[in-house]
Amino acid sequence: MKEATLRVFRGDSNGGGSVDYSVPVAPGMVVLDALHYIQGHLAPDLAVRWNCKAGKCGSCSAEVNGRPRLTCKTRMDDLPQDRPVTVLPMKSFPLIKDLVTDVSWNYRVNRKIPPFEPRKGVEWKISQLDVDRVQEFRKCIECFLCQNVCHVLREHDKKEQFAGPRFFVRVAGLEMHPLDGLNRAGLLKDHLGLGYCNITKCCTEVCPEEIRITDNAIIPLKERVVDQFYDPLTMIFRVFGGGKEKSL
Amino acid sequence: MTAHYETREHDVLIIGAGGAGLRAAIEALAQGASVGVVCKSLLGKAHTVMAEGGIAAAMANVDPADSWKTHFRDTMRGGKFLNNWRMAQLHAQESPDRVRELEQWGALFDRTESGDILQRAFGGHTFKRLCHVGDRTGLEMIRTLQDRGVQQGIDVYMECTVTRLLTDNGRVSGAFAYWRENGRFIAFRAKSVVIATGGIGKAWRVTSNSWEYTGDGMALAYEAGAELMDMEFVQFHPTGMVWPPGVQGILVTEAVRGEGGVLRNKAGERFMEKYDPKRMELSTRDVVARSIYTEVKEGRGTEHGGAYLDISHKPAEYVKKKLPSMYHQFKELADVDITKGPMEVGPTCHYMMGGIRVDAETAESTMPGLFAAGEAAAGLHGSNRLGGNSLSDLLVFGRRAGLAAAQNARRTSAPGVDSSQIDQAEKELLAPFSNFGTESPYAVHRDLQEVMQNLVGIFRTDEDLKKALAELEELKVRAFKASVEGSRLFNPGWHLSYDLKAMLIVSEAVAHSALARTESRGAHSRIDHPNLDPVWEKKHNIIVRESGGMKRRESPIEEMPEDLKQILAEDKS
Repeated sequence: MKEATLRVFRGDSNGGGSVDYSVPVAPGMVVLDALHYIQGHLAPDLAVRWNCKAGKCGSCSAEVNGRPRLTCKTRMDDLPQDRPVTVLPMKSFPLIKDLVTDVSWNYRVNRKIPPFEPRKGVEWKISQLDVDRVQEFRKCIECFLCQNVCHVLREHDKKEQFAGPRFFVRVAGLEMHPLDGLNRAGLLKDHLGLGYCNITKCCTEVCPEEIRITDNAIIPLKERVVDQFYDPLTMIFRVFGGGKEKSL
Repeated sequence: MTAHYETREHDVLIIGAGGAGLRAAIEALAQGASVGVVCKSLLGKAHTVMAEGGIAAAMANVDPADSWKTHFRDTMRGGKFLNNWRMAQLHAQESPDRVRELEQWGALFDRTESGDILQRAFGGHTFKRLCHVGDRTGLEMIRTLQDRGVQQGIDVYMECTVTRLLTDNGRVSGAFAYWRENGRFIAFRAKSVVIATGGIGKAWRVTSNSWEYTGDGMALAYEAGAELMDMEFVQFHPTGMVWPPGVQGILVTEAVRGEGGVLRNKAGERFMEKYDPKRMELSTRDVVARSIYTEVKEGRGTEHGGAYLDISHKPAEYVKKKLPSMYHQFKELADVDITKGPMEVGPTCHYMMGGIRVDAETAESTMPGLFAAGEAAAGLHGSNRLGGNSLSDLLVFGRRAGLAAAQNARRTSAPGVDSSQIDQAEKELLAPFSNFGTESPYAVHRDLQEVMQNLVGIFRTDEDLKKALAELEELKVRAFKASVEGSRLFNPGWHLSYDLKAMLIVSEAVAHSALARTESRGAHSRIDHPNLDPVWEKKHNIIVRESGGMKRRESPIEEMPEDLKQILAEDKS
C-alpha cells in the first residue's frame, strides 16, 4: 500500500509545531481518514473535531496544504503525492489543541440575529419558486470556513464589529423567507458590520456547499441597507409604508 | 475533599442536542422551567443533521386519503406489532401538528402546486407522507430548533460529556460531566433529566453513525437502574456506500428509492421482485437490507460486494434538485455521477429501535425523574422503524418528554446531591490515566466493532451470539485496562476509553436479548429460528442492572384497546 506523510500541527495555546506522520493510503481515502489512522495507531491524543464524515455537519474544518477545507471531503488522491500534506487548524479562531479551535464566538454572534417572525395573519401557502430562492442560504452547514478565510476577521480581527459571511448568509435566509415579517437592515448596518465587507469573494471560494455568498447573500443585503438608509426616494416611500412591516 | 468541579443547577437537564433534545428543551422552557442542554459536540452537529429523507406526518397534502389511522397501521405493521401501540397512536396523531409548528418557527419545506408542504413516498408508508426539503430535511429541522431554543433562552453546554447520572433515594438528581476542551469536571443538579443521546451504531464496523453514537445515554440510564427494552432490534439501513473503503457505511438516503430508484444485482435483475413483489424497492428496511445481503452472499453482488441502486433513468436536473447531497456525495467521494450511472450500495448499521423503556404519555423511564426521547428511547418502532418515522418521533416525544420533565420539576423539591457519587465518577473517569499497560482504547474499539459486525449483524445464530457474549467479556477486561496518553486537554483517546464502557454495556444488552429471542421479527433475523413466533409477539425483552451484573427479563405486551385493533383489522392488504 502507498504511504503518505501528513504534517500535522500539534500543540495548544502554549505553542506547538508540526509533526510528521506516515500513513498508508487506501483508495478513496480522505484527509479525515488519515487523521483517524494517526489517532488509532500513532498519536491517540490527537485532537480533531468531526461528526458525520459525509460533508453534512461542518465539524472537520482545517487548513489542508494552505487551503481551508472540510477534511472529510478532501481526498488524498487529489493532493500532490510527492510532498507532505500539511494540516493546520483554522487560523482565525483561538487554538484549543491540535486541529481544534474555539469557535464559540460564532455562536455568540448568532444570538444577535432575531429568528424568523411570520407576518401577521399570514396564510401558510408558499410557492416552490420562493422556497428554491432561499434554499441556497439554508444549506449552510456552519463549517465556519468562510469566517476563517475572511480577511476582515483573519487579518483585521474585527470580531466585535463584524459578523462575518456565515451570518450574512443566515440573515439572507431569514430576510428572503417568503413569509418573514421582520426587517433586519438596521441590524446589518449597525450591529453586524455589513459595511466592512469589501466583496473580495474569498468566502465564496471556500464554501463547501457552493453557496454564492458574496453575489447572492452579501450584495443583495448591502443593496437593502443602501435602499433603506441612503436612498431618499425609498426613505419617503418607507414613511408611507411598504416593505416589511416591522423594523428592529 | 475540596470540590474539583463546578456546579450548575437546572429544573430540567437535557442530555443530547439533536432533534429530541432540542424539542424537549423548547417545551420545558415554554413551561417556565430553567433548562440546560449538555451535548458532546458543538450545537447543530448532532446526528439529526444527517437525516435526509423527511418527516413522516399524515398531513394528506398529496394523498388526501391519508390519515393518522393509516400512519398508525403502517407503523405497527412495519414494527411487526411489537410497537408500543399507544406511542404509535400518539405519534401518528401528533406529528402533523409538530411539522406545522416547525414551519411556524421558520423551517421551509418543499411545496405542492397549491403551496402546501410537499410529501414524498417512502418504504412501508401506504401514502406519500414524508415532508421534506430536498435531501437535507434534518439540517433544516435542527437549525430551526437550535435557533428557536437559543432565542428562547436555553443554556447550552457544548462539548461536554456526561459520564454518570446522580441519584437520590431511587430518583434522578443530576449528572456528572466533563468539559472536553480542558478536561475539567462539572456537576449538574436537576429535578428532571431527559436523555436524548441517540443510538449505538459505533459499536459496528460498517455504520452510518458518527463517533457520538456510542449508546452512552442508554448506558447511563442502565447504570442508574432504569430498564432497557427491545435491545435486539438494531436497524441495518439497506443502502450505505460500499466503495471506496474510506466511505463504507455512509448513508445513501431512502429518498433515492422514494424518488424512483431501482435496485439490481450484477446480472441486472431487479431482485426485489423475488423478495417483496408488491412493494419492491419501497419495502420496509429490514426486508430490503436482508435482500441485498442475500444477493451478495449468494454471489450476485457487485464488484465491491453490494447491489446497484440506479436513479439515472430520471432527468439529470430532477435528480440534482431532489437529491442534491447524494449527487455531490457520490461525485466527490466515489467518482460516480448518479445522473449517469448506478451507485453501489449495501447494508449499514443505522438505527436502534430498542433503548430506554419509557411511559408512552410522559416519556418517563422506569426511574422517577428520568425521561428519554428519540432514538435513545424504545417503544414506538417495535422491531423495525419505517423511514421518516424517526424525525417525527423526535418532535412528538421530544415535546412530550420536555413537557413532562418540566411538570415533574414543578412538583418536586430540589434533590440532594451525594458528593460520594461524584467522587466515584471522578475516580472512574480518571482511571485510564493511571493504567500503564499497552492496551489502546482504539484497538479495543476496533475489535469490538469486528465482534458486533461479524457475530451480531443482520443474520444471527445461537452459536454466533454465544461467541459474541464470550468475546465481549474479554473485551470488557481489556477496556478496563486500556491506558490513555497525553493530557486531559481535548483528548479523544481518553474520551474513547469512556465511550468503550458504554458501547460494551449496550453491545452486551443487544447480544443477550438477541440470543433470547428465538424467532425472526423485523430487524432481528435468526437463521436458526427463521419464522415469526406468536409467543414472542406478546412480550418484550427487558434488560436491567442487578447486583451481579446484567439481567434479562421478559415483560408482557399490554393488550391493545378495541378501537386500535379495529384500525389494524380494517385493511388486510
